[in-house]
Amino acid sequence: MSLFNVLDVSGSALSAQSVRLNTVASNLANAEVASTTADGAYRPRQPVFAELLRAAGQNGTSGVRVAGITESPLPPRMEHMPGHPLANEDGYVFFPAVNPVEEMANMMSASRSYQNNVEVMNTVKQLMLRTLQLGQR
Amino acid sequence: MNNVIDKALGIHPHALSIGAKRLETLAANMANADTPHYKARDIDFRAALSHAMTTSAGALQTRHQHHIGGGDTASEATLYRTPTHPSLDGNTVDTQLEQAAFAEAAVRYQASLDFLSRRIDGLRKALRGD
Repeated sequence: MSLFNVLDVSGSALSAQSVRLNTVASNLANAEVASTTADGAYRPRQPVFAELLRAAGQNGTSGVRVAGITESPLPPRMEHMPGHPLANEDGYVFFPAVNPVEEMANMMSASRSYQNNVEVMNTVKQLMLRTLQLGQR
Repeated sequence: MNNVIDKALGIHPHALSIGAKRLETLAANMANADTPHYKARDIDFRAALSHAMTTSAGALQTRHQHHIGGGDTASEATLYRTPTHPSLDGNTVDTQLEQAAFAEAAVRYQASLDFLSRRIDGLRKALRGD
């Protein structure tokens, strides 16, 4: 019955959105981690979603998968703090280029998407249970 | 013998199966709301239902093991949704539209279940001679 496929599709969406929430948490947690060199600084991460193509005979519906996690190409923030233990010879410390506002917006979008998919799964589960009771007294 | 029961149940088994495929398509749209270059799809319910009723044989007939059967009626009626607004990453899913369509599809599915249940009850009563 096609309704079983819905659980697969929505399950894949829940998994992908939770990866997205994980990367947001990781970015916010590492936002203030200082580094001496620009290369050693933490780079904010973003997941890239792609369609999870399923067998051709299933009406062409596809779930979602995480194709990869990319790192931001933006250069790290430089701050002049000569007294910092990790400052380099010029007195600069490198901080990650994490934009908290962007991360919060990402988090809200991911959690809204997660809630939508949970609603879909609940509704479909109830419909499936009612279908099983078809014809019973 | 099968024909008698098929006629008694009418369009409702077909409506149920197409409704289930529509729910699947709408769920896939909502799952892919953030996927770049994903195009939202939907099933034309009326066209699929009338097609299912007229071609009672369903898929193309295959007489040899190497024949490939045709697609089922619901996948033939799957169309792409017209995007409501442009987007940078090529994704055409409008989550609010999909939620509304999903709610409507779920209610229609429940209605089909109710109608089918009543028809089955009617058949049972007729068999018992109530």
